[in-house]
Amino acid sequence: MKSRLVIRAGVALAGVALLAACSGPTGTNSQQTNNNSSSQASGDLKVSVITHGTAGDAFWSVVKVGAEDAGKQLGVGVTYNSDGDPGAQAKLIDNAVSQKVGGIVVSMANPDALKTSIENAVKAGIPVITINSGSAKSAEFGAMAHVGQEESIAGEEAGKKLKAAGKTKLLCVIHEAGNSGLNQRCDGARSGFGGAVENLQVDISNPTDIEARIKAKLQSDAAVDGVLALNPQVAVNAASAIKGASSKAQVATFDLNADVVNSIKSGEVLFAVDQQQYQQGYLPVVMLKLFKDNANTLGGGKPVLTGPGFVDKSNVDKVAEYAKNGKR
Amino acid sequence: MDQLVKRPEIGAMLGALLVFVFFSVVTEQFLSVGGAATWLDDASMLGIMAVAVALLMIGGEFDLSAGVMTASTALVTALLATQLGLNVWLALLVSLAFALAVGALNGWLVMRTGLPSFIVTLGSFLALQGLNLGITRLVTGSVQVSGMRSAAGYESAGFLFASTFQVGGTSFYVSIIWWVLFTVIASTVLMRTRFGNWIFAIGGAAQSSRAVGVPVVRSKILLFMTTAFAAWLVGSINILRYASVQANQGIGLEFQYIIAAVIGGCLLTGGFGSAVGAAIGALIFGMARQGIVYAGWNSDWFQLFLGVMLLAAVLVNNMLRRRAERVRR
Repeated sequence: MKSRLVIRAGVALAGVALLAACSGPTGTNSQQTNNNSSSQASGDLKVSVITHGTAGDAFWSVVKVGAEDAGKQLGVGVTYNSDGDPGAQAKLIDNAVSQKVGGIVVSMANPDALKTSIENAVKAGIPVITINSGSAKSAEFGAMAHVGQEESIAGEEAGKKLKAAGKTKLLCVIHEAGNSGLNQRCDGARSGFGGAVENLQVDISNPTDIEARIKAKLQSDAAVDGVLALNPQVAVNAASAIKGASSKAQVATFDLNADVVNSIKSGEVLFAVDQQQYQQGYLPVVMLKLFKDNANTLGGGKPVLTGPGFVDKSNVDKVAEYAKNGKR
Repeated sequence: MDQLVKRPEIGAMLGALLVFVFFSVVTEQFLSVGGAATWLDDASMLGIMAVAVALLMIGGEFDLSAGVMTASTALVTALLATQLGLNVWLALLVSLAFALAVGALNGWLVMRTGLPSFIVTLGSFLALQGLNLGITRLVTGSVQVSGMRSAAGYESAGFLFASTFQVGGTSFYVSIIWWVLFTVIASTVLMRTRFGNWIFAIGGAAQSSRAVGVPVVRSKILLFMTTAFAAWLVGSINILRYASVQANQGIGLEFQYIIAAVIGGCLLTGGFGSAVGAAIGALIFGMARQGIVYAGWNSDWFQLFLGVMLLAAVLVNNMLRRRAERVRR
């Protein structure tokens, strides 16, 4: 029993060594399709989607569904991997390069950490499309295109909309410390809103803390009449905080879920900024397929914007159907 | 004075008083009824868990799966109610059975294998995290379960777990009552019953307590089940209050429970501590967390402040305990 275990460990080690040898800086011959047993492609194009989303994040779940839907419809083999740690994400890219995939889709929350890996992929002849964040560095690294929403533009539009709704002081709730995209949204909101905008840090894994902290802020500053949540769960917590503090503030949020949809219907939430991230998964797969079959490119060197779209009382019913299926 | 110093929670009490006075002076809102409702709510959810974790720690074990369990129980309840259309009360019962089973499994594995509970519950922590995510996505296609409000029995169950009561025109969450109740029960068991004596005995010296006939295995398994029960209570309060649950909820909170218990005078090595102390530890946590917001300090520095404060509290505790040990001799 024990010896069998040793043999098995030895085989595994040998496999790792083999893999390590493959990932050396040699891969210039990208035309070659590899047919080894590890491939699970349904068509002859294999696309690797590598994001910085953490497992369990509602937002990235929709991106994944988008990429997989496109893969199914176009007969493209799509694999999805993610790691919030930039170093680990870079390794996932290296891994995809060593597997000689036909295309890589990558979100760049931390572009500099991914630079070498992405450039190596491009050097190896693999077309790369960046999504979600990192549009400023996309072309510089040699990516074919960028599909996403400009966080600061989205924030700015949200700020403008809140101002138009007559708000004078805004609370911008950041639920993940150190996420640059969330800070860009708040900064954008600040410039679009014009009036006073204050940031508040909360912990996404503790809903009671989110509610209590927003409530405390509302109690200590009666001038706050708008809360901008950057996550639908936070929006729900904010709505109950407002009730608890008997404040007159109203909530607006980024992204959707079923509860936010209901709150928009009932008027508790003013609107949701929707970056339609389903497209950030779906479109790159289409673009890579078109590039392979027809040498097409999209965007003309400019980012392809998937948002901001807005969901408010006027269109909430239609969107609600799709949110239920995890596609909005 | 010497009698007082022997109590494990005395350091925490002093700390709580300090934090309370500090934020009452520095901010306007902290001492108001509305302010109290806010920080008591935060403290209550942490406190329910901290008390259970304290009992377990006095018994000489850890439970790293406690934080994730609060999400697991909420997910089980929500999935059963929204996907299978079960009555909320029935869903709550099933998820309670699930929680107790996981707690018993944790305890049984620790006792059966002789591995440190740190390792065993680290395993169940990761396993539950994976299950939470995997099953939620499999069933709903998303990583959240929502829509509890339309489930049958939501309102009556919500009344028990997530309603509010009025004091001086301000709403207080019922979770505060659960917290006080749970602390009183835990403290009574610990201080006044034979089982309480056993907990101290097996945490202090498992071998010798076994020798004098204490049922060590059964007691420890019961303690793990108590933690699981508390996690079910918190999970149920969460799901009924917010009507939706995210699969990555609760991660990292297990350390806050342990910290609150330690502030409250529990030893990391077992055999010493108190339930009331853990509840006060949670109170310090809640007061500081919300006090910082009332003070309007830049929230970027929030974790730093928490860390320094916790360290200070533990140091004061340590000092008092040394003194207490001198007094005892």
